[in-house]
Amino acid sequence: MLKLLIKYEQKLVEHGLCASGTPLVGGVNDVVIWNREDPLSEELEKIIAGLNINSLIFARPVEPFFSILNYLARHSDTEFVPEDTETRTFLHSIPVARSLTATEIIPLLQKRKGCVVAGHGIISFGTVSPEQAFVVFSSIIFSAFVKFFVDHAYAQQVGAPDPEAKKMLPEVLAAYDQFLPGHAEAELVTGDFSNPGDIVRAMIQAGQATVNARMVDSFFGNISYFANDTVYISQTGSSMDELESCIDACPLDDSACTGITASSELLAHRDIYLGGSNRAILHGHPKFSVIMSMLCFEKDCKNRGKCHIKCDKPRFVDDIPVIPGEVGSGPRGLSNTLPPAVQGRRGAIVYGHGVFTVGQKDFRDAYASLAEIEALCRNFYLKIISASN
Amino acid sequence: MHGWTGKILKVNLTDKTTEELRLPPDVYLRNIGGKGLSGELLLEHFRHSWDDPQMPLAFMTGPLNNTSSPTSGRMTVMSRSPLTGAVCDASVGGKMGTVLKRAGYDGIVMTGKSLDWCGLSISETGVSFGNAAHLTGLPISEIHTQLAADPVMKNGAHAMIGPAAENGVRYAAIVFDGHYFAGRGGLGLVMAEKKLKFISVNGSLKTEVFDRDELKAAQEEIFRLVSASPMLTGDLGITNYGTGALYDLMHSRRMMPTNNFRQTYFEHSPSMNAYAYKKQYDTRKFGCAGCHILCKKVGAKGEIIPEFETMSHFSALVGNSDLDVVVEANRICNEAGMDTISAGVTLATYAEITDQTLSTENFLQLLENIASGQGEGVALGQGALRFATESGQPQVAMVSKGMEFPAYDPRGAQGMALAYATSTRGGCHLRAYPIAHEILRKPVATDRFSLSGKARIIKISEDMNAVVDSLTACKFLFFAASLEEYARALNAVTGMQTSAQELLKLGERIYYRERIMNARNGFAVNDDDIPARFFEESGSSSETILIAPLKRSEFLEERAAYYRIRGLDEQGLPTAEKCAELGLSC
Ligand code: SF4
Ligand SMILES: [Zn+2]
Ligand SMILES: [Zn+2]
Repeated sequence: MLKLLIKYEQKLVEHGLCASGTPLVGGVNDVVIWNREDPLSEELEKIIAGLNINSLIFARPVEPFFSILNYLARHSDTEFVPEDTETRTFLHSIPVARSLTATEIIPLLQKRKGCVVAGHGIISFGTVSPEQAFVVFSSIIFSAFVKFFVDHAYAQQVGAPDPEAKKMLPEVLAAYDQFLPGHAEAELVTGDFSNPGDIVRAMIQAGQATVNARMVDSFFGNISYFANDTVYISQTGSSMDELESCIDACPLDDSACTGITASSELLAHRDIYLGGSNRAILHGHPKFSVIMSMLCFEKDCKNRGKCHIKCDKPRFVDDIPVIPGEVGSGPRGLSNTLPPAVQGRRGAIVYGHGVFTVGQKDFRDAYASLAEIEALCRNFYLKIISASN
Repeated sequence: MHGWTGKILKVNLTDKTTEELRLPPDVYLRNIGGKGLSGELLLEHFRHSWDDPQMPLAFMTGPLNNTSSPTSGRMTVMSRSPLTGAVCDASVGGKMGTVLKRAGYDGIVMTGKSLDWCGLSISETGVSFGNAAHLTGLPISEIHTQLAADPVMKNGAHAMIGPAAENGVRYAAIVFDGHYFAGRGGLGLVMAEKKLKFISVNGSLKTEVFDRDELKAAQEEIFRLVSASPMLTGDLGITNYGTGALYDLMHSRRMMPTNNFRQTYFEHSPSMNAYAYKKQYDTRKFGCAGCHILCKKVGAKGEIIPEFETMSHFSALVGNSDLDVVVEANRICNEAGMDTISAGVTLATYAEITDQTLSTENFLQLLENIASGQGEGVALGQGALRFATESGQPQVAMVSKGMEFPAYDPRGAQGMALAYATSTRGGCHLRAYPIAHEILRKPVATDRFSLSGKARIIKISEDMNAVVDSLTACKFLFFAASLEEYARALNAVTGMQTSAQELLKLGERIYYRERIMNARNGFAVNDDDIPARFFEESGSSSETILIAPLKRSEFLEERAAYYRIRGLDEQGLPTAEKCAELGLSC
């Protein structure tokens, strides 16, 4: 257990979400253990005792995330509700506690997987592994970040930006630059691959690079390669920086169900391969791409509020289509909307969710496109908010 | 009340009388329905032997049945098991749960014993008893056809027992609507003991929903997660391949129980997987009322395609490599109304004791003999443990608390070892189902070759599944959704204001009560165990996957931790303290 606690402490730091030495990660079997000693653990153990859980993370995120969380906490009553896919699907809402006390926090965590503690940070828990707590922790940061920028752009657009947000913006952007790695380029192996060993190695490398470039919070995202009439794809809920032994080989003819653990986007990936000459697909959640996908200034649209499933207008950021679609196979699923959208293009952005890019032989072009689309979106965003200034 | 009808039908089969039981609202709020409510009502009777006329047999629905909440068609059957002597509840699909609510009842509690074979018919307008002698000896499909032909019961639901129950098989099932089994632990034999052959129900009442818009929103949240789940609705998921979709995974993880758990790898598996059934039988899907996943499969000629457990035990466990034989064996069990898991393990025990590999003819004949109570079938109908004990080799029976193991070898998913051991109904995978995280990566992956830290996870999962079975929802949904979304559905239907964690607390109480029932019947620490084989013998390793024996010391340590977490003493018995905390009497 201790090994796991330390693993997720390190991941919080390696992913740039928390400062080294700050996260508190607790695990419970018959007794509670912590990754390190801390005076706060007494109060946190009261929280653990009030819940049926096996792990808990409390940590203060680095800037700009900490300021953004506090901003959203100040501007909400008991919770805030971002509209990205991660919130919609997993978090539902992000509750806010005003003090770091068990009495206030237990009722919030009875209902939700994690909460913001204003002025302190984030608390999240797991029922089978601290990995869940880690995932919720990073999802809250992601969703809050997206909400901050989306809300600001809409407010700016109607000429009523919140002065506080406006004032924060330069610092927030500067801190976000600090959060991003110096350069996003990565040296990836050249294809094309047919040997499963080579394929898996190339996938592991590209996955790691995507995480290093902070273009995905490691748990989400997926990656695949097509060869030998087989889709090699990352498993559901696998971490893009831990793909070793987390890649399923799924034969096109479905002759084995071993891939039942494969990513929920298997169907979408497969249809992309069948509909063109692509061999590689990379899917990440770069933040400004998600933000831009959620900015639409169409007036009086009948589908507003249902954009993520119902949008029927052709939307683009430059040459990149923005499409609706929910995770998986439902009638409004990505498996239906994504494959036609990427046909003949380098990628597509899914509303409120993330970016899919394709490659011809290996992951180099897919990776480069992912980085370019994010840079493009960020520039567009900055243009939008300065134009309406 | 919203959600519940507030009425439970009490039936006395001895004098053929009925009365309506109206429980105070707080009993509903604390027990929800299904497993919880049955446990509440049966607790005080748990000193009766299973065949005592005073031992009740309960059918119990939940507040979500007969609403648009996803997978709300299920219900619970509970009594004391003839196979194990422990508490035995089964979550069953089909439409009985829905129809019982339409008839105006949350459940039925049956006691007494009829003199002659009888049947029970229930509708909004009343309850009647009929003679059922003409249905004895008939296969399930024939009984179902006859019951369904009754014009009064058009679109009704039917529960019935088959020849296996009549012939004293201790793992006889109750079969619902011809296809859905309250399969494990011999609940069919309990019904037979009461001389109750069938229960037919019809009705058209609506279930009151507190807030329809909220329910719709909750439903949308749940559907969104279901669509996002590769296990459920993915291309290779159970919607397309049935529960058999798991078969390839068990094979590739080298944990498929083979030759009575002497190996964990069956070389013929790749040609006996779900894909093979789909191709050979040109399958289509069907399923329970109120479900859109539809995990059951039927062939083009009406052949019922076996579930994962049956696929596995009727192939690897007994050494059969013929797909058609699996389907035929499944048909025999279905028509007789008996549990395929217990049948498979019992025959594998027989094969090991008699030191043979069963020929396909022999395998099918033995199943027929068990069902009809002939020859060796009589002894085999008593289950693996009784048979092995009679033969002087009890250690050969792969059981916990006398219940035969399903198709997951605990050496390949070690949490399963503790889950089998602590399950209140015995060797069953459904109480904690650590396969979810150890193999299927849900909600996230855990290390399948370690028991360390699993005690709490098992305890939490048992509590969670106790809630799921009380709701009464389908466990498969929880590969995708969680109690967080279901709490919203439950609140919308009933007007409750509960949360995921508060529901878990109810689950803890429901599960602890089952420990009390078992303790009252002498179950203690030595019963919370699995056979020595798993600690002494290796499974079938490959170059990259080592299937080593479990470490006894680790198991004992983790079991002790489980007791501490659950609030049991070192003997695994309930404590006054914990009982007081949960508001239960020891
Ligand atoms: S549905 Fe499409 S066009 Fe309409 S507001 Fe939403 S994103 Fe814009
Ligand atoms: Zn994604
Ligand atoms: Zn009694």
